[in-house]
This record gives sequence, C-alpha cells and structure tokens, in this order.
Amino acid sequence: MSQVSNILVVGIGGQGVMTATEILAEAAIAMGHDAKKTEVAGMAQRGGVVSSHLRFGDKVLSPQISPGCADVLLGFEAAEGLRWQHMLRPQGIALMNTSRLVPPVVELGLYDYPADPIGEMRAAGTQVVAFDATSIALELGDIRLGNTVMLGAIADHLPFSAEVLLACVLKRFEKKGEIMVDRNRRAFTAGREAVAQAESLPA
Amino acid sequence: MAAVMPVPAASRLLMSGNEAVARAVWEAGVKVAAAYPGTPSTEMLEVISTYPDLYAEWSVNEKVSLEVAIGAAYAGSRAFCCMKHVGMNVASDALMTLTLTGVIGGLVIAIADDVGLSSSQNEQDSRYWGRFAHVPVFEPADSQEAYAMTLAAFELSEQFQVPVILRMTTRINHVKALVTVGERQTRVAAGFKKEPGRFVMVPGNAGKRIPLMFKRDGELRAVAEQSSFNFIEHGADYRIGFIASGPAYMHVRESFPNAPVLKLGLSHPLPFDKCRELAALVERVVVVEEVEPLVETELKAQGLQVIGKDILPLQGELAPQVLKPAIARLLGEPEPEIAQNLRSTAAAAQIFPRPPTMCVACPHLGVYYTLSQVRNLNISGDIGCYTLGAGHPWNALDTCVSMGASMGIALGMDKGRGEADKDKRVVAVIGDSTFLHMGMQGLLDMVYNKGKVTVLLLDNRAVGMTGGQDNPGNGRDIHGEEAPRINFAKLVAALGVKEERIHTVNPYELPILFRTIREEVKVPEVSVIITDQPCVLIKDYHRLKPYTVTEDKCTGCGNCLDVGCPAIHVTRRGKELKASGREVDLAFVRIESSVCTGCGLCLQPCAPKAIEHFLPTSPIKLVKGGCAA
Repeated sequence: MSQVSNILVVGIGGQGVMTATEILAEAAIAMGHDAKKTEVAGMAQRGGVVSSHLRFGDKVLSPQISPGCADVLLGFEAAEGLRWQHMLRPQGIALMNTSRLVPPVVELGLYDYPADPIGEMRAAGTQVVAFDATSIALELGDIRLGNTVMLGAIADHLPFSAEVLLACVLKRFEKKGEIMVDRNRRAFTAGREAVAQAESLPA
Repeated sequence: MAAVMPVPAASRLLMSGNEAVARAVWEAGVKVAAAYPGTPSTEMLEVISTYPDLYAEWSVNEKVSLEVAIGAAYAGSRAFCCMKHVGMNVASDALMTLTLTGVIGGLVIAIADDVGLSSSQNEQDSRYWGRFAHVPVFEPADSQEAYAMTLAAFELSEQFQVPVILRMTTRINHVKALVTVGERQTRVAAGFKKEPGRFVMVPGNAGKRIPLMFKRDGELRAVAEQSSFNFIEHGADYRIGFIASGPAYMHVRESFPNAPVLKLGLSHPLPFDKCRELAALVERVVVVEEVEPLVETELKAQGLQVIGKDILPLQGELAPQVLKPAIARLLGEPEPEIAQNLRSTAAAAQIFPRPPTMCVACPHLGVYYTLSQVRNLNISGDIGCYTLGAGHPWNALDTCVSMGASMGIALGMDKGRGEADKDKRVVAVIGDSTFLHMGMQGLLDMVYNKGKVTVLLLDNRAVGMTGGQDNPGNGRDIHGEEAPRINFAKLVAALGVKEERIHTVNPYELPILFRTIREEVKVPEVSVIITDQPCVLIKDYHRLKPYTVTEDKCTGCGNCLDVGCPAIHVTRRGKELKASGREVDLAFVRIESSVCTGCGLCLQPCAPKAIEHFLPTSPIKLVKGGCAA
C-alpha cells in the first residue's frame, strides 16, 4: 500500500489532537483522496494519551497505522514523541512541540519525566524537527492557537500544498469572524516558519 | 441539541460509524430512538437527536431503552436503540422474549463492542446475542457499510418481523471515513393491533411461538446465503483463504492483498454454503473474527477444517501487526520484520504512564481526598468518572464491576465480612446517573435487609464519563430542554433511608464533608451522603477566580498534591531533617493559574496558607440549586 500516506498525531486529551487530525483528513479529501481517521477516545478525554491515525490515498482499507509505517509523527507534547516514535518508518520524520505537560503521577513522584525527550528521540535514530508551538501560540495571544500552529508545522510535510490545508483550517473559523480567521492564519504561518527555521539549523 | 437541516442526499461526507448509523436511522424513517450513553456507542443517539421528525430520548438504562423501542415497533413504527456491549447484558431480558413476539415496525439494535477495552470494564462479543436470541446479526467493516447495513437491517427486520442486531466495534463507531448519504423515506405507522397470542408472552402463548423462531432461523440462513453483504473476493494466492467480518476484514485485506476472502456482512445465521464455496477454492481456511471463535466453532461443527483461534488471539483487535506474524508462522515463512527502530520501541515501554485523570476542580476530587483521609474503610465503587478514585493519589475505591454494583457489593461485604474486617466500615460510591440506571434497586435491597453501609451519591448532574449527557437528575432532556428533575434526597427517603441519615453536602467544603463521612460510617445502618456540585464540563459549572502559590510561603509539605488536581505542579523537590531525626521529602508547588477555576480545594489542606487568589479575593460563590430543586 505504498500509495497510502500515514500521519500519526499524538498528544494529551484536551489538546485538540482529534480536531487537528480531522482537519488534515478534510484536506486530504479535498485533494480527492480516500481517507480514514481513527483514534481511541473514551477515557482519553481525561488527560490521558491520545493518538490519532490518519491514512489517505487512492483506497484506504485498515484505518490503523501499523508500527514502523508512519510517514510523519506530529507530536503535541514532548514526551509523547518518545512514546510513539516506534510507529515511524525508518525514514519518517517527527515534528515535535517541545512543550511539556507533566501528569499527576509524575508530580506525585511515582515516575520520572524524561530529562530530554527530544534528545532521546534523536539518540534512538529518529529524525526530529523540534519547536515550541505552545510558546508561539502564547505569543500570538491564545494558547488555543497551538492546534493551528501544529497544523502549520506539518503543512510542508504533506503530499499536497500547504494552501489546501490552510484553507481547511480557516474554514473552521469562518463563522467566528475575520479576527479569528486572521489569528489562525498567523498561527498557521508561524508553525510553518518554525519548522522551516528548525530544519535550517544543523541537528 | 436542536434539530438542524440534514445534509442533502448524495453528499459524500466524512462520518464516524456512529454518525453514519444515525444518518441511516433518520433516512429509514425511524420514529422512535432510545439509548443510555456508553462509550463507544454514545454519539449515535446524540446525532440522531439533531435530526428532525423523530422522537429521541436518553432512557434511564439500556433495558428501558430497548423496551421503549419495542413499544414503538409494536405500534408499527420503525424503532432504533443502541448501547455499548455491557448495556446489552442489561437489556437482554427484554430481547430474549422479544424474539418470540417479533415486531411490526422494523427494530434495529446497534451494539458497540469495545474490542481492545478503550473505555470498558470487560471485552465481550455481542454476536453471541444473535445466536442466543435467534436474531440476525450484521457486522459493518467501515462507515459506509454501517450506513448501508442499518438501512438493510430495517428492511430485513420488517420482512421477517424480527429484531436485528448491528454489531459494531470501537474501530467502527469512532473511525471516520467517507459515506455517500441518501434521502429520508416516508413511512406511516401501521398502528398497534391487539393479538394476545403473539404479544402476551405467557407460557401457553410463548410455547407456540418458539417453533416459529426456529423456522425463521432457517429462512434467515437462506437470506444470508444470497445476501450481497456476504461475498467472495478472489485472489492470486490460494494457499490460504480468509473468512472475516467487521474491522478484521479490512485488516485482512490490508495484510494479504492477494488472498481470497469471504467477507461476512450478514454474519448470523452463518451462510454455510458460501463458506464451503471458499473452502473449495483454497488450500486452508483461516477465520479472522474479533473476539470469540463463533464462526470458527460453527464451521467446525459443520465438518469444515478451518483454522482460527489456535493461531489468533481471543482478546483485542486483529490488526495487521497481529495477523501478519501469525500467518507467516502458519505458512512456515520467516516472520515479517517490522521496519521499526528497536531502541525506540524500548523507549516507549519505559516512559511514564499517563492514566486518565479527574479534571481540574472536579467535584469528585474533594470526595476522594476525604475518603483517602478516613481510615478503616472498604469502598465499593461503580462505573463512571469516579472510578478514577481507584488511582493515585487517592487509592480510595476498592471494587468496580458493573452498573449499580456498588450497592449490592457493599451490602454483601457488610453481611459477609470476615473476622479481619469486623471493625471495617463499608462505603459505597455511586454517581447520579449510575444510581438512576441500576443503583436504586440495590439501595432498596440494602435498606430492606438492614445493611450497615454509608452510600456516597455523587450528584454532578451529568453522565460525566461519556461527555456530560443529560439525565433525569439534571432536569434536561436530550435536546437540553427542561424536563422533570428528580430530587435525590426525596428519592432515597422514598426507598426507606431514614431522613436523619440523609445529608446533602457541598463536596468543596472539606471539613463538613470529612465530618459527615466520619460520623455516618459509625452509624450501624444505611446512610446516604449526597454531594451536589456539577461536573466542571457542563454548563451548570461556573468558573471562579484562579489561585496561585506564593512561592516564599510554600514549605514543600505536598499536602495539596494529595487532592489530585492536575493544575498543581511541582517546581522543585527537596529533603528536610525533622527534629525527630526522620528525613521527609519536600515538593514545592505552583498552580497553573490559566487552567485553575478557583474551586478552593487545594488551599484547605495547605498548612502555611501559601495558596492565594491570583487576583484580588472574592468570597467563593456556590452554584445555586444543588439537589433542592
């Protein structure tokens, strides 16, 4: 199934992982692809792990990405990249938000949060592009823009133009007025630029 | 949710299996749809309720929802109900006799099996109900099939006057894929015609219906043999042929694109001839079915040599990474290398877990913090967000079995206590919706049989875990419109709990909650403590001013961490040598003020009073209403 693209979006319940994947699916469909999107929700909305699979291409059968087959890993939280990097194919790329969300089990001292999750990913041989999407969103005035920053981050790593994805993002905010559309356009652009900048640096 | 204009026919939409079924239910001209929320089935009825020209309700439990659907089908209307797999256990009493009477209007029951246990207490195979109740079972493999099979199920239901099961799994309910939709059919209800020999199932009447049920089995098997939902796909590699249904079919096609496959869509009664047809084409037949070996067992009983659960797991999803190695072993081929970095797999195994947590400011936090501070309790729990009380830091819930089970289990723990537990107090914890679903009977039993149990009835005015659906406890119907609201204090009094043993407490006022629990567990009879503050995810909840930690006042005692609120984070750790010579761990904290909603729980155990309002203070406002509506 080489003609099927596999995008894995991971993060924490409440971060907007599922919405981001849905927008990616809409963009793939707008390009005329067949698409399937899957995740396990349920208890995940309570701060648990969320991993959302998007597969698109001529014809998609299984909705799940098999381990070692993801083309792109879009990580909304630093340590979640470490949790899911085994899903990437050997030449796959991880686009990682460096921001950390520390769960109560770590605060209680029961487990350790990895000291340098991005560094550990690289040490394991994963190609990582890292950027602080949460800070970018806060600089733009609203932490909730983080979702759009992340979509901007993946925009140049898809087999179709970034403009198609941007159009699908902005469509979501049409009804909320021009200010919201404009803020999301800027967040999307900032995400694209953050990745381009990180990629231009020596790893 | 209010009715909206449905998307026009022929539109191609990205829909979850749940949304696709909802659309088909509307198009099928269904007049009555009922359900109790349960992951992964919940969105079916949520979406149905947004369509015009039909009646939708949240029922108090699955058995009632099925009975409502039965009544509508007897009246000649098309009817639908849906539930998660364990809901069918509750509804099965009605199903097992419904199969004898049959229906007039079409009746479809969608059952969502949580294969892989994403949000359930067990894993069951609902295809058993088809065998047990002698009713047909459809198994969609994606959203388009979920849509098409729902429509076909209504036709079959009316053709044979039989209820039909649509067996879904999480990987159908929650997967979004493209669906082409159609028009709504106009249907006229036939009206109820009195026919006691058919609709009054007393022994004399029921006995006459049973042979008709068996005759119907044979007729339905003939339909399955001819059904376009059961088809053979030929391939180039005839070493193994697969028989597969549901999501497992997609995984088979993905993994073995050249293999012949018999795809089962109308999978019960099983089309034996179709299975023989496939077997004749190939060297070996492998049955790929999630969860139990039902097809496999039936084919073996037919004398067909098939392979199934001897090489495939009985638990969980049969995804490509499960199928490929199993089939390679069967063929004596080297197992396919998974093109992944082994070091990265090891890292994933080592990383901290991230279990679901209670929300910031959840009213249950105060309850579990308090329970964790009271000694000598055995605590029977129930199904809902509050099951999370079994986790850290509270560890204050000792059992979780089934909806409403906290009541009976508490009574049994009381009556069956051993010598070691003679001084233990028994507490039962149950939520508002779970109590109305199946807890009331248990409480009545407890009162009637003079149990010594303290019941904590956590009324947060919502079915929280499934997304805050309405219920009779919050006075809103499925459309969010005003509905009669149950008064829990009066309800438990009516079930026989003494007035002086019923307390309504604000769960954010820890001293009162602590005192009430400590006093009531000493009383050798049934007490009910009702907590009355709403779920933070529903509109009844109002945010208050956030708090912050004044850094130089924090002594690192870590008491606030015992509340378990996810807004509290450790900034640094340390150690302190006490005068007694004992070394204690210190954890200095901060509050993420951007998510804090000012519930004030954490500042109550804070000894140095280091937690203060982020902004100038104002008195804590409690939500009006409580349970006194």
